Amino acid sequence: MNALTLQLGIVGAYLIIALGIGLVAYRTTDRTAEDYYLAGRTLGTVVLLFTTFATLLSAYTFFGGPDTSFALGPEWILVMGTMDGVLFAVLWYVIGYKQWLVGQSGGYVTLGELLGDRFGSTGLRALVAVVSLFWLFPYVMLQQKGAGLAITGLTDGAVPLWVGAGGITLFMILYVVISGMRGVAWTDTMQGVLMLGLVWAAFAWVLSAVGGPGAATAALREANPEYLALGGGAYTPQFVLGTAVYIAFGVTMFPQINQRFFAARSKEVLTRTFALWPVLVLLLFVPAFLLGAWAVGLGVDPGDGSVLPALLREYTPTWFAALVIAGALAAMMSSSDSMLLSGSSYFTRDVYRPLFGAADREALLARGGVALFATASFVASLVAEGTLVQIGNTAFGGFAQLALPVVVALYWTGTTRLGMYAGVLVPQVFYLASVFVPAVPETYLGWPAAVVGMLLGAALTIAVSTVTTPGVREDTSVLSGSRAD
Amino acid sequence: MVANERRTVDGSTLAAASWGVVFLLVVLLAVPWFMWRSATVAYGLPLWLWWHIGWMALASAVFYVFGRTAWGIGVEP
Repeated sequence: MNALTLQLGIVGAYLIIALGIGLVAYRTTDRTAEDYYLAGRTLGTVVLLFTTFATLLSAYTFFGGPDTSFALGPEWILVMGTMDGVLFAVLWYVIGYKQWLVGQSGGYVTLGELLGDRFGSTGLRALVAVVSLFWLFPYVMLQQKGAGLAITGLTDGAVPLWVGAGGITLFMILYVVISGMRGVAWTDTMQGVLMLGLVWAAFAWVLSAVGGPGAATAALREANPEYLALGGGAYTPQFVLGTAVYIAFGVTMFPQINQRFFAARSKEVLTRTFALWPVLVLLLFVPAFLLGAWAVGLGVDPGDGSVLPALLREYTPTWFAALVIAGALAAMMSSSDSMLLSGSSYFTRDVYRPLFGAADREALLARGGVALFATASFVASLVAEGTLVQIGNTAFGGFAQLALPVVVALYWTGTTRLGMYAGVLVPQVFYLASVFVPAVPETYLGWPAAVVGMLLGAALTIAVSTVTTPGVREDTSVLSGSRAD
Repeated sequence: MVANERRTVDGSTLAAASWGVVFLLVVLLAVPWFMWRSATVAYGLPLWLWWHIGWMALASAVFYVFGRTAWGIGVEP
């Protein structure tokens, strides 16, 4: 069997299994929005762990991460480990557990809903949703484009980009419309376990071919001794810490991650996931990113493509390299489907509902939202240039701007509606300017603009709240987690 | 004023602050800053990477202990 048939076969098999899981999930799903978006708040430890990870970083583990390691050096393991393994875990507790508690008592499905209720403000609710969708939409678009490119590459151009991206989009609409959060989380889990196995198999395979880690590291020292020294090159202390900080905070505000804070079955599930998080991150990133760095010493030339596939093509049998590439494609889809689902919930609940009132059949409207969102981002992926691509690429920094005002609002009862408006809006303007206006610097004493914007947001939220008085409809009891609803 | 301060610095505030410091250390030392520019290799990998691997395992253990003994501190009303 040739590689192409095999790869397409593996992708096809994955799609069929995913659809099967989606159908099973559909049969166990009530026709309520809460069940569709949050799997009725019933996710257990393993499913929550893997669905969060798969949603966040699955394709990145195969492509983006090893590529950065290859280009800048293996210190990327430290940046991502600090970011995702420990800092995100702490935020999982500080933001996630708090949101879970409030979500349990108030029945919230989105962050905008929670804040809108707390501050008695439909405007704030819509603002949080619109800011989130602004960053999410181009990010989804890039995923679709990436999946389309992967299929084009897989078939050597036999399948054009628009057919590849369109096919993936259609499949995702069908799948997400049927299965909702429960099915998405189940396939994520299957895919996460598969990925863990693939990464370690690839690691063992390449190392046995090159003579062990000692030989691989020695070759890397020969090719570029700087890569073994901690820091240097792109890696300044400010870059390492600043990047870890703003990505970790940004991740918590990505709709598909933030919404998972509401979906845990119990406190125990959150507790266990919290402790397992650093280990899972370690198990996935260390082998994958080390392979990316070692590829420098092994003289692998990725050309225009990604380094890990190029490395695997050289050192592992064709069928295995094909399996990993197909797995990565599946990973890309598993990230996008979660984003579609969450994007749709932000749109239908926080933008549509305040404008047109609650829908009679919200679960149906939600599915319409998924189709609309996916179709629009697919069309954008075909025509978008420059600006939209840039927004997608800087989305983590954009989401990070939301995080600190939200933390302040969750913990400080003195926060006011006007404080929130100032803390949410001004950093967005500042961060966008740092990305698009050449006169606004991208770093400040070496610190990324995203980090500066975050501090600005926190300071503004607190300062403006201090000098303004709460409106009559503001209700701090929302956050005490004791509201009878 | 003084009496007021005494009342707020009770056991749970102290415990929350202590765990805050622990979490801060766990985050900050995930990168071995004291090995900056070191290129020492041990057992096939840079020494700083071994530190990171060990530290992440330690972080997991710390989080586990926190989950068992102090979960809810600073977050539950």
